[in-house]
Amino acid sequence: MITIQELNKNYGKLQVLKSIQLNFLQGRSYAIMGPNGSGKTTLIKSILGLVIPNSGSIQVKGKSIHNDWKYRSHIGYMPQIGHYPDQMCIGQLFDMMKDLRNDFTNVDEDLIREFKLDQIKDKRMHTLSGGTRQKVSAALAFLFRPPILVLDEPTAGLDPMAAEALKEKIVLESTNERTFLITSHVLSDLDDLTSELVYLNEGSILFNDSIDMLKELTGEQKLSRAVASIIRNIPISMQTV
Amino acid sequence: MIKIGKYILYDMVRNRFVMAYTFFLLLVTLSMFSLDSDPGKSTISLMNIVLLVVPLVSIVFTTIHFYNSYEFMEMLLAQPVHRKTIYFAEYLSVSIALSVAFLSGVALPLCVFNFNESTLYLILIGVMLTFIFVALAFAASVATRDKARAIGIALLFWFYFAIIYDGLVLYIIYTFSDYPMEKVTLSLVSLNPIDLARIVILLKLDVSAMMGYTGAFYQNFFGSGGGIIYSLLIMIVWILLPLLIAHRKFCLKDI
Repeated sequence: MITIQELNKNYGKLQVLKSIQLNFLQGRSYAIMGPNGSGKTTLIKSILGLVIPNSGSIQVKGKSIHNDWKYRSHIGYMPQIGHYPDQMCIGQLFDMMKDLRNDFTNVDEDLIREFKLDQIKDKRMHTLSGGTRQKVSAALAFLFRPPILVLDEPTAGLDPMAAEALKEKIVLESTNERTFLITSHVLSDLDDLTSELVYLNEGSILFNDSIDMLKELTGEQKLSRAVASIIRNIPISMQTV
Repeated sequence: MIKIGKYILYDMVRNRFVMAYTFFLLLVTLSMFSLDSDPGKSTISLMNIVLLVVPLVSIVFTTIHFYNSYEFMEMLLAQPVHRKTIYFAEYLSVSIALSVAFLSGVALPLCVFNFNESTLYLILIGVMLTFIFVALAFAASVATRDKARAIGIALLFWFYFAIIYDGLVLYIIYTFSDYPMEKVTLSLVSLNPIDLARIVILLKLDVSAMMGYTGAFYQNFFGSGGGIIYSLLIMIVWILLPLLIAHRKFCLKDI
């Protein structure tokens, strides 16, 4: 689905991604983890074309994304913090997105109903709380049934009920041959939602395999303990903290 | 592009600041005409205010707007939309919103009180200055990630064009007064859109006393008609140049 080869990105002298090689397959769910500043968001933004890499190539569905923009119709993106035009109502925002993608019929409005966003569709965006905005972002990401979903900290800021509803939606959709890339610091969430783990540290990949494999290698049953043991095994010189 | 522009424009028109700007311009125009009984004089006073206020408001408001809609652009960029489309939709909708504010604040009362050819030029110049300074603000905004620094650069642009530049030109002319400076002065004027705007209106109003040395020479060199066309053409260059430079940068920028 997504192939990344020799991807390098630096901001000035700081090298954020160091020759990343990754292959995200269709129908799998990937957890992208790593300490703060390890390059997770930069990696995601490179896939979305928001960050222009210094070298290397990214292919989505076999086509290079360089100077392309149509490929983004295959991707649903939920940002860490969503900001929307202040004066726009929730209903207008959804209408605008449908208008932009020229897709009015084949839309998935489950989350809009689940989060009861249709009942507050006349509310202006600037009056919404952070959690409600997150709900809007989540509903937007799933709206067009994209084959690839990129979720950056999906459950942060959501109330437990909404977080549970979102997780149920993710589990439901991952059976539909969709590819998920999820970053989160809530390890228990990732344990339920994802089957593969990509662990980044200072821009390099430390681990890239299935979570079951990781548990087997470390002999731990819980993801949090297994991840802790990766971190323990990093040579001291490579640790950020 | 029209689709995106429509939504940005909708957001802008409801913005309180744009309404306040319209109201302010309306107030200034009305007070100018109630203070002076000679409409020609009021047009000149109005021109001086337009030449100061329109660039300032355009450049500062655009820079702030650019940073406030940063996340919105980020959201749009994650959609299947070309970067170019988003950039020009942003530019056009900001310019159009500010131009509409200018038109309803200045042009409407002008047409009621004192409609003639020179007021028409004042209106045209106001709209062009809006487009120029919005483009300059985009150039300042894409140059840096830091909002405060971008506003600083934007204000510097305004200070430079509105205040410092005239002094600089005077200094150069004074220093080299022993040499024939006509053509140099002419090219120096082209480097400042506000000066160009002033000359267009003064040529049109035929008040050479207020034009000083440069203006008099300008009129002599081109005659009124040619001078105006030349100035307007250079002003279009002033719109396109910063707009395209900023566009190049925007397309390569990490959001």
